Amino acid sequence: MKSCREATRLMSESQERNLNLREQASLKLHLAMCTPCRNFGKQMQVLRRISKSYAEGGPEKSED
Amino acid sequence: MSDYLVPGASTEEGAEDSLQNSQFLVDLRQQMLRFASLQLQDTQLAEDAVQEALMGALKNSRSFNGRSALKTWVFAILKNKIADVLRQRQRFVDADQLVHGDREEHDHDELFDQTGHWQKDERPKKWADPESAIHDKHFWRIFEACLNYLPSRQAQLFMMREFIELESHEICAAAEVSVSNLNVTLHRARLRLRECLEDHWFGVEG
Repeated sequence: MKSCREATRLMSESQERNLNLREQASLKLHLAMCTPCRNFGKQMQVLRRISKSYAEGGPEKSED
Repeated sequence: MSDYLVPGASTEEGAEDSLQNSQFLVDLRQQMLRFASLQLQDTQLAEDAVQEALMGALKNSRSFNGRSALKTWVFAILKNKIADVLRQRQRFVDADQLVHGDREEHDHDELFDQTGHWQKDERPKKWADPESAIHDKHFWRIFEACLNYLPSRQAQLFMMREFIELESHEICAAAEVSVSNLNVTLHRARLRLRECLEDHWFGVEG
């Protein structure tokens, strides 16, 4: 794949739908070469985990 | 009896006691209100949803062992109430959206160069220990500040997806957006949010 913009778009969309084979392949290829985008991908998972925790009252359960 | 020997359980009040504790209730209600107001953008609707969720909790407080379980449960009810309101809401186009429209167009320019690659100082870095952030009150303040920093339409759609966990088609119906518009907006929201969290929390040297 072409660009980081496109790679991040696909990683974002993969949270709403399954990517098709072509998209998966080009994303995989890009990620193999691009550390910042790999970091972005991990951060998307963290963001989802954080959001879930927030919506379960996470801040109420946290400590100073 | 060994069921109760979880760390911290001995010092934790039961759910029933917690609901008798007025300071606990005040704090909990306050946070629920913030959560609901952020998403409904309507104080009265938020108050109603919180009230109903708390009433449900008072009725069923016997079934919970400890505050933590109670909170998780109360927030689950609140999420359902918010989801109902959002699904029923036919349209929520606001003036804000039009005002912010222009600004959002330029989002990507700041992050990527002309060939679509990360600008040098915008490249996502590795985040250290995300798990511990979740248990830190200071982190949640940053998180809320970053949410508030999002253009309102981005924040609303992001919250519908990630907090209330509506599916794409439900959001499209409730918020009257196309799937492609939703995807673009969520992409922008995530780019911005991760940037904000990195700038103010994960990327800050301890």
